[in-house]
Amino acid sequence: MTSVLYDAPGPKAKTRNIIYTVVFVAVLGLVAWWVLGAMADKNQLAAEKWSPFVKDSNVWTTFLLPGLLETLKAAGLALAIALPLGALLGIGRLSDHAWIRVSVGTVVEFFRAIPVLMLMLFASAAFAGFTDLDSDIRPLYAVVTGLVLYNASVIAEIVRAGILSLPSGQTDAAKAIGMTKSQTMAFVLLPQAVTAMLPALVSQLVVIVKDTALGGVLLGLGELLYQARPITANYGANTIATLVVISLIYIVLNFILTSIASALERHARRTKKTTGAVVDIKKIDAGLGGGAA
Amino acid sequence: MFDFLDSGQYDLLEAFWVTVKLTVYSAIGSLIWGTLLAGMRVGPVPMMRAFGTGYVNVVRNTPLTVIIVACSLALNQTLGVTLGSEDFKVIGFRLAVLGLIAYTGTFVCEALRSGINTVPVGQAEAARALGLSFTQVLTSIILPQAFRSVVAPLANVLIALTKNTTVAAAIGVAEASLLMKEMIENEADAIFAVFSVFAFGFIVLTLPTGLVLGWVAKRVAVKR
Repeated sequence: MTSVLYDAPGPKAKTRNIIYTVVFVAVLGLVAWWVLGAMADKNQLAAEKWSPFVKDSNVWTTFLLPGLLETLKAAGLALAIALPLGALLGIGRLSDHAWIRVSVGTVVEFFRAIPVLMLMLFASAAFAGFTDLDSDIRPLYAVVTGLVLYNASVIAEIVRAGILSLPSGQTDAAKAIGMTKSQTMAFVLLPQAVTAMLPALVSQLVVIVKDTALGGVLLGLGELLYQARPITANYGANTIATLVVISLIYIVLNFILTSIASALERHARRTKKTTGAVVDIKKIDAGLGGGAA
Repeated sequence: MFDFLDSGQYDLLEAFWVTVKLTVYSAIGSLIWGTLLAGMRVGPVPMMRAFGTGYVNVVRNTPLTVIIVACSLALNQTLGVTLGSEDFKVIGFRLAVLGLIAYTGTFVCEALRSGINTVPVGQAEAARALGLSFTQVLTSIILPQAFRSVVAPLANVLIALTKNTTVAAAIGVAEASLLMKEMIENEADAIFAVFSVFAFGFIVLTLPTGLVLGWVAKRVAVKR
């Protein structure tokens, strides 16, 4: 691979690159040696700490898969509710009436500025205080509510950016053939904006999946990370093996979603049916609280 | 309604001060780590490129909660890493900073890499024509221009980092959200008041960051 940042390596540069490679691998090797040494010291490398994940189907059927299902359930519910709510808020921010624009803008900026964990904690306390929800189901409600409040406002920004990315001729043409404002939005602008928004929406799903893990640790939702405790309790303190397996599940799941997002983005840029504009979640104005991480 | 503020039972300022310290240390650390990662990802050594790409893809797709919990459960409690301290409060704080740096560094790296792409090709070509080495091209020609164009995305990362420090509550670091959790349990009849105090605190932290860095971004941006 050549890059504009450096020349194609000659004999001297090739030797230098080999030296760098050797030094770098040596450093990585030292780190790995220290980690493995420490793990062997604490008996974390022993086969019985790792074998349950391959030999014992109970680990999967009792803990990991139900945990993953709970993660997906919370993330799916949050997305399903946040999507229409976010679309409404996003359209509201583009309203011609100042009072709608300003009040929706305030709500969106407020919820984007608050950490999602605080929204979850607040929702949990509110459900406990004002409803008679069963305490088994309360964590799920609280996590989904927190995720919806936060992500609806992020999605609102994505929708707004998607609609603004369309050429103004679209609105003009719709006006010229006598469409009302809501017809223009529903039949002309939104359908076209979906292509531009889709990659950002899938990326946001990754953020939602990652944030469900908060609910496991701090609210007791039985999602994937929450299962680390019962697994290590039942299979002999195999903390590191358990955390490695759980992280791998998250990484594979999110990696698939990220790949879908970039495939959609490439498709949106290439296709001739649209302007090729794509909403870049990183470029959305930080506002009060932005930040796609 | 707000009488819990007068009771002297809760130290709000102390909790938000921990949040600020977490943010500042992690921001400095992840800026350095992210720049190093970006350097590796665009560099001429294939091994370093592969490491940078692999690291970013793995860490970015792991929930921050998992990283921070792993810092505590795996690094500290299992492997006995104490990061040079005996006090468990200090250890928890340092582990949280370590986790936040490991995670946020990937976002800094990706922001910087997109900034490197905005620098016109001619800049690097001219630098190479002068005989500058890769390190010289990167540090004295490309990165100074790239940094100027990514102030706004980096401000986004910083604001997200400020909010992400609340995840440190998962390993018991006494920052704002842990205090909020405690207060909301003790003051069940004043949850709206408690929530609005903490929401206000976070708006005070993030609003100036966004405004100041937005202004800086406009001032330093390279006009092209």
